[in-house]
Amino acid sequence: MKNIWVLAQRELKGYFASSIAYIVLAMFAVIFGYFFYSATAIFVDYSMRSMMQRGMAPPVNLNDFIIRPLLMNVSVIVLFLMPMITMRLFAEEKRSGTIELLMTSPLRDIEIILGKWLAAMLLYLCLLGISALNILVLFLHGRPDWRALLVGYLGLLLLGAAFLGLGSFVSTLTKNQIVAASLTFGVFLMLWVLDWVTSYSTTTLGKVVAYLSITTHFEPFAKGVLELKDAIYYLSVIFLGIFLTARSMESLRWRA
Amino acid sequence: MIKVEGLTKRYDRTTAVDHISFEVQKGQIVGFLGPNGAGKTTTMRVLTCFLPPTEGKASVAGYDVQEHPLDVKRHIGYLPESPPLYPEMEVDEYLAFTGRIKGVSSGGIRRRVDDVTERCALGDVRKKLISKLSRGYRQRVGLAQALIHNPDVLILDEPTAGLDPKQIIETRKLIHDLSGEHTIILSTHILPEVSTTCQLVIIINQGKLEAIDTPENLTARLQGHETIFVEVEGPADQVAARLQGLAGVTRVTRKDGQAGRNSWEIETAKDHNIRSLLAHAVVTSGWGLHELRPVGLSLEEIFLKLTTSDKAAEAAAEKQASGGTS
Repeated sequence: MKNIWVLAQRELKGYFASSIAYIVLAMFAVIFGYFFYSATAIFVDYSMRSMMQRGMAPPVNLNDFIIRPLLMNVSVIVLFLMPMITMRLFAEEKRSGTIELLMTSPLRDIEIILGKWLAAMLLYLCLLGISALNILVLFLHGRPDWRALLVGYLGLLLLGAAFLGLGSFVSTLTKNQIVAASLTFGVFLMLWVLDWVTSYSTTTLGKVVAYLSITTHFEPFAKGVLELKDAIYYLSVIFLGIFLTARSMESLRWRA
Repeated sequence: MIKVEGLTKRYDRTTAVDHISFEVQKGQIVGFLGPNGAGKTTTMRVLTCFLPPTEGKASVAGYDVQEHPLDVKRHIGYLPESPPLYPEMEVDEYLAFTGRIKGVSSGGIRRRVDDVTERCALGDVRKKLISKLSRGYRQRVGLAQALIHNPDVLILDEPTAGLDPKQIIETRKLIHDLSGEHTIILSTHILPEVSTTCQLVIIINQGKLEAIDTPENLTARLQGHETIFVEVEGPADQVAARLQGLAGVTRVTRKDGQAGRNSWEIETAKDHNIRSLLAHAVVTSGWGLHELRPVGLSLEEIFLKLTTSDKAAEAAAEKQASGGTS
């Protein structure tokens, strides 16, 4: 446990020292800020018009009009930014040779993996924190349902953890960060669009493939609905990612 | 302290290390000598549990590298060929980090960092970023990292590679000072390095162990003598006596020959080229001379390779330097 925390601290420091952390956080802040502003602007415009015109239904609530679409947007932005967070995890250590230090120190492979995953998770939490700062503004002027919001954030947390697990696996495959990032991005993108099959296929295979899609499982969370099957999906992906990373690290010893 | 038995490491097609066995006692400094690609780094990586052996056993401080890797790692300080540094960290911070992952308690870490920075003469760069350090300082930080948990065994892969002559001398002195309390294995492809620092030399070439001896004995074996193998058909005791009587022969040893033939290994002083004298003596005595060849050349060849490759590299570097100025 202690080792995991020591490794996570170093990794986190690496994120900030290499300025990757600042870039990712700043990009997210700008993009999310824009989305947030647009969503609220549309909402305000809609409410103004509904007040002036008769026959138009008043807006239902903040959750449906702003928070849900925003959280869906976050899941997509995260998909684009995540490769930047995971690309360096192992690739950089392999390139600089510091992996030799870690692997010849009295550490278990799983401690190394969890340490890195935890650091990436903490950076991701900072990123979610930025989005939360925006959304909290809504509480100043309205009364959104905080429980639904909480479920939404739980979903984002699980989604991010799953992305990070898979991303760290890809990062063990190469010593080139660009290669790691491109591969990770490809995998994530594929996982995102897998559910398109539902629009033309109704076979069992089609359903299975659609089930694998990583973002469809997020929709209920965004609505504020906590469904066990979706939570289990994410937990399995997290486990799979960490398991594959561990296997890949083990094979490093045999291949090196 | 270190025991290696029949260690073999194969990669896809190549055999990097081929059935190497040796033992190192506590407190010894051992030099691994061999040309580039001889299998030095691979052997060290097996000892540090970075790579698993394909065959054979290796143990450090009584722990087997495959069965108890965590215990082995706790007893080893390892400096890879290029020091494993995080450029974005300060020296102090880096050493504290390496100490903690190697199991130094958080209470003792301050003292350990003070100790190793003093030993490795890093006092004036402790607060500097590693990325700003010169090559010599980086090497010393790498060494400090290997020492941080006060390990019983130090494994140093080419600790002086790429340093300037002054730094090389300092590093050698440091390694020498560390002996006694630590058992040290260092690898090098430079011949004089082992003779100045090591008590035991292990020569490996193309994955095979060629010799283990003290530097003095090795030098004597190589420079003092020449060994010649002869196979003679004739009465054994007479032949032996005749061979012994030749000028320049220092020792005659009987070897097991093939059925009905007798063979000897003859050691001579290097300056005497007695091969023609030998042949003449055998033939004039009316015996049959079946074979006559020098032995032990392989080791000499390796030494030659080592010394000449060093010289060749120096010459090439000089040529480049002079070419650059003209």
